[in-house]
Amino acid sequence: MTAIDVNIEAVEPRGTKPKKVLSNRNIMVYGVLIVAAIYYLIPLYVMIMTSVKGMPEIRMGNIFSPPVEITFEPWVKAWAHACTGLNCDGLSRGFWNSVMITVPSTIISILIASVNGYALANWKFKGANVFFTILIFGAFIPYQVLIYPIVLLLSQIGLYTKLAGLVIVHTVFGMPILTLLFRNYFISLPEELFKAARVDGAAFWGIFIKIMLPMSLPIFVVAIILQVTGIWNDFLFGVIYTKPANYPITVQLNNIVNSVQGVKEYNVNMAATMLTAIVPLVVYFVSGKLFVRGIAAGAVKG
Amino acid sequence: MEKASRPSQLFRNLSAKFAAIPMVLTALVIFVGCTVWSFVYSFTRSKLLPKPLFTTEDLFSIPMPTWLIKDGSFDVYYITGFVTKSFVGMAQYDRLWSNSRWLTSIENLALYAGFALVFSLVVGFILAAFMDQKIRFENTFRTIYLYPYAMSAIITGLVWQWILNPTFGIEKIVRGWGFENFEFAPLQNPDLVMFGILIAGVWQGTGFIMALMLAGLRGIDEDIWKASRIDGIPMWKTYIKVVIPMMRPVFVTTLVLITAGILKVYDLVVAQTNGGPGLSSQVPAMYVYSYLFTAQNLGQGLAASTMMLLGVLIILIPWTIIEFGGKEKR
Amino acid sequence: MNKSIEVKDLDLAFGSVKVLKKLNIDIFEGEFLVLLGPSGCGKSTLLNCLAGLLDITDGQIFIDGKNVTWAEPKDRGIGMVFQSYALYPQMTVKGNLSFGLKNQKVSKEEIAKRIAYAADILQIEDLLDRKPAALSGGQRQRVAIGRALVREANVFLFDEPLSNLDAKLRAELRVELKRLHNRLGNTMVYVTHDQIEALTLADRIAIMRSGIIQQLDDPHTIYNKPTNLFVAGFIGSPSMNFLKGEITDGGKAFKFGNTTMSLDGYDGGKLTDGTAILGVRPEYTTVDTTGIAGKTLEAVVDLDEPMGSDSLLWLTAEGQAMSVRIKAEDIVDKKTVVHLKFDMTKASLFDVNTEQRI
Repeated sequence: MTAIDVNIEAVEPRGTKPKKVLSNRNIMVYGVLIVAAIYYLIPLYVMIMTSVKGMPEIRMGNIFSPPVEITFEPWVKAWAHACTGLNCDGLSRGFWNSVMITVPSTIISILIASVNGYALANWKFKGANVFFTILIFGAFIPYQVLIYPIVLLLSQIGLYTKLAGLVIVHTVFGMPILTLLFRNYFISLPEELFKAARVDGAAFWGIFIKIMLPMSLPIFVVAIILQVTGIWNDFLFGVIYTKPANYPITVQLNNIVNSVQGVKEYNVNMAATMLTAIVPLVVYFVSGKLFVRGIAAGAVKG
Repeated sequence: MEKASRPSQLFRNLSAKFAAIPMVLTALVIFVGCTVWSFVYSFTRSKLLPKPLFTTEDLFSIPMPTWLIKDGSFDVYYITGFVTKSFVGMAQYDRLWSNSRWLTSIENLALYAGFALVFSLVVGFILAAFMDQKIRFENTFRTIYLYPYAMSAIITGLVWQWILNPTFGIEKIVRGWGFENFEFAPLQNPDLVMFGILIAGVWQGTGFIMALMLAGLRGIDEDIWKASRIDGIPMWKTYIKVVIPMMRPVFVTTLVLITAGILKVYDLVVAQTNGGPGLSSQVPAMYVYSYLFTAQNLGQGLAASTMMLLGVLIILIPWTIIEFGGKEKR
Repeated sequence: MNKSIEVKDLDLAFGSVKVLKKLNIDIFEGEFLVLLGPSGCGKSTLLNCLAGLLDITDGQIFIDGKNVTWAEPKDRGIGMVFQSYALYPQMTVKGNLSFGLKNQKVSKEEIAKRIAYAADILQIEDLLDRKPAALSGGQRQRVAIGRALVREANVFLFDEPLSNLDAKLRAELRVELKRLHNRLGNTMVYVTHDQIEALTLADRIAIMRSGIIQQLDDPHTIYNKPTNLFVAGFIGSPSMNFLKGEITDGGKAFKFGNTTMSLDGYDGGKLTDGTAILGVRPEYTTVDTTGIAGKTLEAVVDLDEPMGSDSLLWLTAEGQAMSVRIKAEDIVDKKTVVHLKFDMTKASLFDVNTEQRI
């Protein structure tokens, strides 16, 4: 120790201040971050490990130990044979239902909200802000207040339990956040651009398609991320506005795992859970920072 | 000379108005219309289907002052208002607040909200503050903390149900280490079940809070940090005395968002415990759902949902006044 | 004079990008030194290094004779004022001034004394209980200076402190800063991109470009004898006129196009014949209606720009645009042919290749 001290005294300070890699500060910062990271990763780890073990191994071992023998049988079963009630065609049905719900809902909700956001940003008309305010506050109304009257409305137009009905519901409930997202984005674009286009004689749709759309690719990606994950993960609307044959994957997953009949096959359950998680996880890992931007943009200003 | 006629107000910006039709419909029909409908019908005795507010019978009978009658189907005396054949005044609310299941739901929600708020704010802020130390692998850490937020609450509920499973999960492992009497089965214990749900809820939501806080921290003028270093203020003190006060708006917004989210908590409980064991992890959203769709007591469900709306308004209105009321004056 | 700050061979690199290169500078006690340069030249970076807010890559920094290369900012005996003021927004002015002192366990009486002193000097006594949000930009900047003042620092560092203020306020505060410096007499290092600020405030100016100090001199020398083309062009508004021509007649004359001007009175090194660039400031040029053909430069007036106190004349001579400052009352019509005569005692000649002043 003393030798080092003497050394430091002897050397005139010069250049970068020497730093200990393992300073107390670093140990604390990285220690906390790593412990937190482990807490966050455990469930994913457990899900994957459980889903590739056989049932005997699950009964014997513990949930954290890696599989002795890897089997993809549970995944196959979860996808193709798992039972919900009397149906035993697996999660695949719910998966394709969710695809059929998510794709049109995402497209329609984004189309409507982008045009609407553009109208609010650049073509303010009398009363527009009143409706916009109602829309934003609407985002805070608990769904429980609205679900029943919407059932009645959808029955009136004959879309209750139909796919189209659920698409409408997703469009409606996605509208506040998406409209806000697009409106704020279009407001952030230089106004001169819009004015110049108007002077050049372009009108509402012309400006939107030729000027605004080409500049808004990032915000559309953010909106797509937001909607795909949101709609795919939805449970409440799926359970209320569809019939069992059309149940989205989340509802079917819950029914499979929490069904009271039969022997519990935990490996199949976890494989089914992973299958449900894959779509949003892929979206998340591929989109990276845009995902953060999406949720932050949607949330902070909401 | 031709006089340029000013186009009628109604037809100005016609395309924009056309584009806004979905918004106008959503705002009026769904957000205003449906809310009002639910509110009105929460004062009726609607069972499986909504009862018409007025029947022809009502035309021939004088509505009775409610404090005089005792309704056969509801074992309560009405306190206020008038009743018609379907209109029952505050009866649904009286019944709601004397229903132990509802009271449990409210207690559970309060417990959950209290812990979740404190926990996710504190942990979220600490993680964000550590993430803001110019660390390596920042993106990796962020990715890890935030991925649960991308997944459905159903998945969160199911995976934590599995980890907390006493036969296979944590309890078994700790017992395996030699602690034979170790008990950790929160989801099976009515007294602890809400904490079991809390573990899962915090797991899913804290990353998001961290992201919001980190954005807030990054928004702080770097010169402030420099000034405090020159003043010789230790970092922790700068956080407490300078940075956190500066981030007040971020905290308030986050608080509102978490609370509004917590009030709606439903999927997570459905997947993790389905309200059990018994009724011990019931939450208001679940109460509403079961009265609307399974117990076939519409009026009761709507009354409960109106109380949820009231809860949101209690948070939202002060926030709106603080956040936007001040701005308009400027 | 004693050295207040010594910088020896300072290097700073962010990864592979070198921001400051082998920088050496001595700043004397009580000196007002201005670091001036275009954005990205490293002037603010240098200031942050002096403050200890940035870790340097190589070299040494001494303040008051003490090697502070590795010292924490608070231990360097400095106070710093930022462009964004960086006041703690949730604290009153008093709180802002006392926060650092309280933290250093300075006694209450001493804190009160120092605050009273700073408030008196800066005339912010009435503002002590206000929060920064309730102050004007100028007042905020005074509080920021006050925060440096109460630290009783020997060295004040200013990082573009006036840039966020409007032009009028900036001029006012400039004078105040000068007064403050006269009164306190401590060392001040001041970063700016505004040459008026630099010329008015500085005892010496260091002009920087891409991490290297180009010239370190008093304002008069910088203005009149710029060491190279960059400094010559950077200082002065409108910019110096540069005429590319040839030194002839054994260094006695300068030939630009068809005109050969006498270099009589040129203040510089020995001149040799060859290509060179003549730099003359607009105000050291006289305009005459008549001249001697071949000796004075013939020019055509393009534009007259009245500035109030004087006028700027834009002309073309030998196909090159030039500007000349004239008295406001000397009205010259467009398209007039005039003759220009340069004051060679105030002119500069630059080597074409090295761009250095000859």
